[in-house]
Amino acid sequence: MRAPPALSASAPRNGSRDSVSALRRSASSAAAEMSASSAFSDEKGGSASEPEYGHDPASGGIFSSDYKRHDDLKEMLDSNKDSLKLEAMKRIVAMIARGKNASDLFPAVVKNVACKNIEVKKLVYVYLVRYAEEQQDLALLSISTFQRGLKDPNQLIRASALRVLSSIRVTIIVPIMMLAIKEAASDMSPYVRKTAAHAIPKLHSLDPEQKDQLIEVIEKLLADKTTLVAGSVVMAFEEVCPDRIDLIHKNYRKLCNLLIDVEEWGQVVIINMLTRYARTQFLNPNINESLLEDSGEKAFYASDDEEDEDKKAEAATLAKRKPYVMDPDHRLLLRNTKPLLQSRNAAVVMAVAQLYFHLAPKAEVGIIAKALVRLMRSHSEVQYVVLQNVATMTIKRRGMFEPYLKSFYIRSTDPTQIKILKLEVLTNLANETNISTILREFQTYIKSMDKDFVAASIQAIGRCATNIGEVRDTCLNGLVQLLSNRDELVVAESVVVIKKLLQMQPEQHSDIIKHMAKLIDNIQVPMARASILWLIGEYCEHVPKIAPDVLRKMAKSFTNEEDIVKLQIINLAAKLYLTNSKQTKLLTQYVLNLAKYDQNYDIRDRARFIRQLIVPTDKSGALNKYAKKLFLALKPAPVLESPFKDRDHFQLGSLSHLLNAKAGGYQELPDWPESAPDPSVRNVEIPEWSKCTSRKDRKEKKVEKPFYSDSEGESGPTESADSESDSGSGSESASGSEESGSGSESEDSGEESESEEEEEDEEDQKKKRKKLDKTKPKKPVVESAESEQSSGAEDRKRVRKAVKNQKSASESESESESSESDDESEEESEEESESDTDIRKKKAPVSKQPPKQSKKESKKETQEMSLLDLDDFEPSPASAPVTPVNFLSSSLVSDLEGLSLTDTILAPTTIAPSGLIKMYELLHRITGEGLGVEYCFSRQPFSPDPNMVAVQIQFTNNTNSETKNLHIEEPRLQSGMRIREFAEIEVLAAGESVTVVMGIDFCDSTQAANFQLCTHTRKFFVSIQPPVGELMTPAFLTENDFKKEQGKLMGMNEISEKLTLGGKCVNEHVIVERVTATANLSRVPCGSDKECRFAGKTVSSGCLVLVTVATKDTGGAQLTVNCEKMVIGTMLVKDILQALSQ
Amino acid sequence: MIHSLFLINNAGDLFLEKHWKSVISRSVCDYFFEAREKAVEPDNVPPVIRTPHHYLINIYREKIFFVSVIQTEVPPLFVIEFLHRVAETFQDYFGECSETTIKDNMVIVYELLEEMLDNGFPLATESNILKELIRPPTILRTMVNTITGSSNVGETLPTGQLSTIPWRRAGVKYTNNEAYFDVVEEIDAILDKSGTTVFAEIQGVIDACVKLSGMPDLTLSFMNPRLLDDVSFHPCVRYKRWESERVISFIPPDGNFQLMSYHISAQNLVAIPVYVKQNINFFETGSSGRLDITVGPKQTMGKTVECLVVTVHMPKVVLSANLNATQGTYNYDPVTKILVWDIGKLNPQKLPNLKGSLSLQSGAPKPEENPSLNIDLKIQQLAISGLKVNRLDMYGEKYKPFKGVKYVTKAGKFQVRT
Repeated sequence: MRAPPALSASAPRNGSRDSVSALRRSASSAAAEMSASSAFSDEKGGSASEPEYGHDPASGGIFSSDYKRHDDLKEMLDSNKDSLKLEAMKRIVAMIARGKNASDLFPAVVKNVACKNIEVKKLVYVYLVRYAEEQQDLALLSISTFQRGLKDPNQLIRASALRVLSSIRVTIIVPIMMLAIKEAASDMSPYVRKTAAHAIPKLHSLDPEQKDQLIEVIEKLLADKTTLVAGSVVMAFEEVCPDRIDLIHKNYRKLCNLLIDVEEWGQVVIINMLTRYARTQFLNPNINESLLEDSGEKAFYASDDEEDEDKKAEAATLAKRKPYVMDPDHRLLLRNTKPLLQSRNAAVVMAVAQLYFHLAPKAEVGIIAKALVRLMRSHSEVQYVVLQNVATMTIKRRGMFEPYLKSFYIRSTDPTQIKILKLEVLTNLANETNISTILREFQTYIKSMDKDFVAASIQAIGRCATNIGEVRDTCLNGLVQLLSNRDELVVAESVVVIKKLLQMQPEQHSDIIKHMAKLIDNIQVPMARASILWLIGEYCEHVPKIAPDVLRKMAKSFTNEEDIVKLQIINLAAKLYLTNSKQTKLLTQYVLNLAKYDQNYDIRDRARFIRQLIVPTDKSGALNKYAKKLFLALKPAPVLESPFKDRDHFQLGSLSHLLNAKAGGYQELPDWPESAPDPSVRNVEIPEWSKCTSRKDRKEKKVEKPFYSDSEGESGPTESADSESDSGSGSESASGSEESGSGSESEDSGEESESEEEEEDEEDQKKKRKKLDKTKPKKPVVESAESEQSSGAEDRKRVRKAVKNQKSASESESESESSESDDESEEESEEESESDTDIRKKKAPVSKQPPKQSKKESKKETQEMSLLDLDDFEPSPASAPVTPVNFLSSSLVSDLEGLSLTDTILAPTTIAPSGLIKMYELLHRITGEGLGVEYCFSRQPFSPDPNMVAVQIQFTNNTNSETKNLHIEEPRLQSGMRIREFAEIEVLAAGESVTVVMGIDFCDSTQAANFQLCTHTRKFFVSIQPPVGELMTPAFLTENDFKKEQGKLMGMNEISEKLTLGGKCVNEHVIVERVTATANLSRVPCGSDKECRFAGKTVSSGCLVLVTVATKDTGGAQLTVNCEKMVIGTMLVKDILQALSQ
Repeated sequence: MIHSLFLINNAGDLFLEKHWKSVISRSVCDYFFEAREKAVEPDNVPPVIRTPHHYLINIYREKIFFVSVIQTEVPPLFVIEFLHRVAETFQDYFGECSETTIKDNMVIVYELLEEMLDNGFPLATESNILKELIRPPTILRTMVNTITGSSNVGETLPTGQLSTIPWRRAGVKYTNNEAYFDVVEEIDAILDKSGTTVFAEIQGVIDACVKLSGMPDLTLSFMNPRLLDDVSFHPCVRYKRWESERVISFIPPDGNFQLMSYHISAQNLVAIPVYVKQNINFFETGSSGRLDITVGPKQTMGKTVECLVVTVHMPKVVLSANLNATQGTYNYDPVTKILVWDIGKLNPQKLPNLKGSLSLQSGAPKPEENPSLNIDLKIQQLAISGLKVNRLDMYGEKYKPFKGVKYVTKAGKFQVRT
């Protein structure tokens, strides 16, 4: 079977067909040739019909000729046995891997695309992706299989179908791909959405016309808030529309917050993109300082532990300057990328390093040095790239690498390319203080056996000498000593460097020039000879006796010299003629005559030109007078520059930076804008919440301020001191401190809830589907300082149940509590101090203030109290609510009020999810060929087995004929899971519906239960995946029991999150409804209308699940879930958050 | 991103190619071969090679060049790091990453490469996920596969890929629950002729082998965490806890992994466990030289120094060595010009000494530089920095695991200049 003609036209591919055999041949010959190019030409010429003997498993038997080959493979592929097919596919894939042509098997392989065996299928995919482009027509045969796969209930199959479909590069299917991508982009599985993101650049490269539509999809996926999707979609963004920076605005904060949990490769892409984004959106943080100024760098060397000092120093230096206020979003980016410097992935570390280099205030850039130095321990390739970047950085910011000078010392075992880069860095780092150590180090390098490295070392010494005046003489002397080295290369390199150095101060060094003149007899390296000649010519007045003699010698050997040497001889002759024409006139004439007939036109031209210039004739005219000025003008000394100078206009860490040339697709790093664009574009509009957002901005600013500016003295530590001192005096100071208190407190919730809001729209659409992405892609939640907040929401309760006597006790409690939680706070340590001061501030007014507050202030006051009372976290209910002092006035009234309200609240223990049972689709009527199946979680106990979740299934027959024998077969379950099937439905008439109940024990996991739904004619693979909220049954607890149980489930078992209530969650009733709709829990009585408690037990193991939602006046709320099963807890938190923020 | 990958052995045979986008002719590797030839030594091949239409980014590992083809801008470290990850995955799967094992497992290699990149962008690089997708070959499985015709491809959905902790799969079960930690420290040092330390620092890693059922949540704390100057973590470690409390809190991957690496900088005083007295001379006349090396203990904290090896890269003119070792054996390879003296255990009572003459190529000038010595050593049960693990706590699971910590100190890039 011949390859199709189209194929044989492409020479290299055809050649590669035999390359394997060629390789085998060459491998067997022990001394294999290195040059593959020669091997290649052989292969190309090699006849295709050469008999081939299968020595490897890939080619199996013996084939008589090319015509017959693969026949056995075809047979195997056509057989019925999966094992034979697999064997055949394995061989074919091995052929592909070796670069052998297997395209003639296409028809035989493509048939197996629908094969049931998953490995055969995978290998067929591999084959298809490789050859579909060449055999477009045949490839179309496989499309329908993928289209079917796209509808599969299993997310893995959907994803892999999309992956292959988008990889086969057949132009005809562009519309199909487009459709598939769009559909997958709104798939409920984040994994499928990720695959969709991956497919976008593929489609774009196949058909750039689709760009606009693809951008829409990208926009949609950018709004996705799972970490799984984030990296991939930013990748697509970078490939398709990197200039559409406007798409990022709304997602900026979310991306910053998700960053730490995104997989490492995604992190790199996101960080690089955000660097560019930040350059367009924020102001230059170093706007007030000249970049090369060295002051204020002391702070650089502080280690992480000394961060606080660092910050203080920084704040102090900045305070002197004109106020520059960093955009809080700018700060957010810097703060969230910093921990990634600790990543094990060198690419991530480099990405963060370049971000800091390009974006951070000068005083903060220093932190990256340590991480970069660490990377130097890695593989030599990593070292190579890192050193290139360090070299660029050291030019701009020498200070930050100075403490690590010794890490760049060179070992004799380093590869040469690494040695040379290290040398570059060392040279850049040299200054007056460390030059002596560096020079001592260089001295050992000069003795190295690696001659390229020695040459580089000598140049490095030269550069140090030119840059640092103090050591110039020392260096020069050292280099002169090298002139007597036995190695010619070393001598030549030294001569070149000495020449450059002498140019700086020639007067003092005529003895060196003399010495070099003597060397000319021995040195053969042209560059060195030329350098010496130039030196003598240039300074012939300092060596008046030697110069003519040198010219004499050179005239003798002129014809045998290299071109550059000849040119310098002519120069020398000309200069001597002008200064000392008496002795050298004839010599010059002689040299010029020799040059006139030289083979090189350059030399002939030069000779002619110089003759006209220096030898006065009647024709030469005016120029002649100026000859001396022309030749003996004072020449500025050369500046020895690093080759890495100005490389930083390329984004560091990029390929373009490494090559110092723009690579294809490189996005320029924009310059800082003159004035910052509107920062509000990054706000996510939610009308009813705009107030909070703006507030949050303000707060965030406040929190950050002490670290980069004190110019606006309205908040911060200075003020807190004030308020403390006169705290007794009245309401003014109290309210002031309140404000800042609430600021730091709810900042977190602001950010969080925003991302929740973003998700809202998207989630709306998906509401009716089952959700697979239950798990929140956050790190396993650390308990955070938010406990403060939850208690904040409880204050209304306190209003009603004012009890005086426990005040002091609770105060101390709360204090310890909050300081404890500070440690674990998700916020950076910066805020710790802030909240500490808050507590102090608050304590003062509480303890001292007479209860004189007017009524309108009481609201604020409740806010303030929130920090202090954490009674609900006390295990014993006896530590009853506490009275804040300011409520003393109205205590009695509120007391009574509270009591009465408590009673009313106690009454409705459970609110049934009224008509909120969601229906999920099990089988669409189209895929089910007319049979539509829906299911819901009925929330009734499943009577045959209490450990099972009852699933109510509704069958609808949409066909015109009866469906018979509906039953379940072959459940494929995770270990431990069980299914109690429903009784077989014998007949379902056309147009009829029937409902049955089955039980599934999910083992308290959200793993899907997979099984087959069978009718008398067909079988359908279906799966039921429970939302986490359905894995529990209501449990009835009293308030006391609740608190007791909650007390037992602290620590790791407690997860709390702050959230912002959605616009519709106006009252408690809605909250209860939302929570109970999300999870099958019952309401627990509670004495406050600011707090709702729920309890339930998981169905299979009976673990308690306790949920507390505490609302706050600001529209925020705190959600706490206590559950022994952390996974369930985490997922539940996420679901409830979602429900409540809608 | 990454367009294609070619694997090339040291002899210049291209034995595997994989394309993630359209096919790029393997002739693009000619540019690589050119650079390879120019570089002489394999580790001097520039990692990034520019060709008219592509960029080749390559790494050299286990005598194999991994050459990837790039068409557009991409951070070079991204590619380099990924290629190393590929090599590590092979090592993980086949025990070693060599040409033979790759050729023997061509299909698995291909399947792995297919899963690791999609359209050139990394997809699944966590070994736990990969192992769920494609099971690593074992002798037993190979046998079963040949008989039953079943495959190495996993049938279940890799749960890890979808969870918040992609590095761990669900439902891990062991009968013996154990967690072992190896604290391995390497001393990087340069000593000068007189034996004074030019530069010294300690690089440490903590390798873990955790075989625990379920979803354990571990917390590892140190006696002296402040010692650690610069750390990098496996993605499973919670940065925040480290920053605030200096404890390492993590849900471990299943099996072997590197938990963290750390660095104790030159600022701290680094104990140098051995000293070397050396005297290497080349004579102007007679084309010969003398060599005399003695190694002795310096700061060993009372432990024994083991596996002591001294390696000397001799100048090209040294033809042979006629030496006498009081302990251990020496070997001089006249082709690579490397002298290896394998001492073994260091006996403080009787210091090992290597003494004798070197014969040089006659007529050649005497070498100017004395070769530097590279020292290799190992000290068991000691972390030279003094780092100590305090305790390991487990949350989230009920059983009691067996825990163990081991300390080892080795010489890293330990060089004595002469």
